[in-house]
Amino acid sequence: MLTFFQSLGRSTLEALQKLGRSQIFLLHVMTGLPLLMRRPRLLLKEVYTVGVLTIMLISVSGLFVGMVLALQGYNVLSDFGAEESLGVMVAASLVRELGPVVTALLFSGRAGSALTAEIGLMKATEQLAGMEMMAVDPLQRTIAPRFFAGVLSMPLLAGLFTAVGVIGGYFIGVGLLGVDHGPFWSQMQAKIDFEDDALNGLIKSLVFGVIVTWIAVFEGYDAVPTAEGVSRATTRSVVYSAFAVLGSDFLLTALMFGD
Amino acid sequence: MSPLSHNQVDSAAWPRQNEPLIPILIPPDYSREAMRHDVHSDESLVSIRGLSYGYGARVIFDDVNLDIRRGKITAIMGPSGTGKTTLLRLIGGQLRPMKGAVMLDGEDVHALRRHELYQLRKKMGMLFQSGALLTDLTVFDNVAFPLREHTPLPESMIRTLVLMKLESVGLRGARDLFPAELSGGMARRVALARAIMLDPMMLMYDEPFTGQDPISMGILVKLIHDLNKELGLTSIVVSHDVKETMAIADWVYVISGGRVVGEGTPEALALSDSPWIHQFIEGAPDGPVPFHYPAEDYRLDLLGPAAGLESPPKQIC
Repeated sequence: MLTFFQSLGRSTLEALQKLGRSQIFLLHVMTGLPLLMRRPRLLLKEVYTVGVLTIMLISVSGLFVGMVLALQGYNVLSDFGAEESLGVMVAASLVRELGPVVTALLFSGRAGSALTAEIGLMKATEQLAGMEMMAVDPLQRTIAPRFFAGVLSMPLLAGLFTAVGVIGGYFIGVGLLGVDHGPFWSQMQAKIDFEDDALNGLIKSLVFGVIVTWIAVFEGYDAVPTAEGVSRATTRSVVYSAFAVLGSDFLLTALMFGD
Repeated sequence: MSPLSHNQVDSAAWPRQNEPLIPILIPPDYSREAMRHDVHSDESLVSIRGLSYGYGARVIFDDVNLDIRRGKITAIMGPSGTGKTTLLRLIGGQLRPMKGAVMLDGEDVHALRRHELYQLRKKMGMLFQSGALLTDLTVFDNVAFPLREHTPLPESMIRTLVLMKLESVGLRGARDLFPAELSGGMARRVALARAIMLDPMMLMYDEPFTGQDPISMGILVKLIHDLNKELGLTSIVVSHDVKETMAIADWVYVISGGRVVGEGTPEALALSDSPWIHQFIEGAPDGPVPFHYPAEDYRLDLLGPAAGLESPPKQIC
């Protein structure tokens, strides 16, 4: 019984320490911003690996999610004779929820895990220590560009996901199920509010971008520098990202749409 | 301070006739002889006083005192796992000691502010065991990395400097290869070229000979020796390869169990009457350091309960 409490206490302390380390780490990474202002090329290179290479995955997933939404939505709406609201339904669910959330989850699986593994391996092969000894701060030089690239890419990818999803919904709703395309678009235009929907979705995707990339780069930097350690860190990166995204999504939704 | 200022390039004075084997940048107003005088040969560049370090319950260093003399090759030897690499990291300021101080060129490494420490690190180079090359950059870009980060030099000059350093380690032809395409010995030589890129005053080598074939080993021994001489460096070589290290070291410290157990010139150590040092230098399998990891009595361990020897006495051989 005593050992149970001992191990509970130890793991709680370790978790708190890790949380503290991750915050100091984030502040330190932020100090890399001036360097990126001076040398934007560093950032652009990472935006390519983190963001551009994720475009394909995001587009294809967005298309299918939009099509499924249209199929399911049509089933429900047609019972009430409200098929013409299909456009609003698809667009609202994408802009408010599925765009930011699903993009963040996919992003953490595709780009986040790659970041964790890359940084973990750089640590394991002494590349980060080597940089320190060359008087180059690895947090500013290698981790800050990756972090800011992730934060920058997430909202753009979420926007892309949403746009492609709406098109997917249009194909199925108007093309396949025969919803009139006039009301499909005009209702969407009338009901989707810029501030309430688009802006809130943007804020969400920005917050998720920070969370997912922060977790990814920190887990890589904090990894035990062995093959096993890096593999565990990569798993943790994806799992923690999923929890953090879904949890913070609930909080943000409650704040934005809860009244 | 520009990183090049303590070793300025004089294009008129270079290349000279009768250059040494390794073409490197020699400060124009220093002849090699003058430089010898300039390094205060009896003054130490690094002095470690009362250093203790450990993590958790494990003590790695206990009250260690060391002096690294300017212009010399100092070897730090000892069995694996005695914290030799840790010592280099303490000198480089990557780790913080629990007690004691590391003075480098008159500055207390661990009392410096962050950016002062980074300035100090420009004066030291470190060769990691793995080479620590950046895997996403070519050999050329790896060697150019410190220059691109720390100097505003134009690309044409960077090219010249990088090719000169690569030539000095014999790998000018490998400039377009990626680290994954290099052998272990080549990777270390590239890392060496990178480490001398900013013309440091001190180079630290972490196990430079481990896992090398005889030829690369010979090349590395020669490079460490020649670079130290030609660049007027101070070198610290951490190693357990006795023969190679003893061949080039001016002074050797032997550490074990967190303490310095012996020091002296290689010749003096070879004649040491300490059985421990004798065993280490001779590479004898048994001696003061036993062949067996501490264990229960062998007979009891094998036969134990079956032989009716219930609860074998806790005997550590």
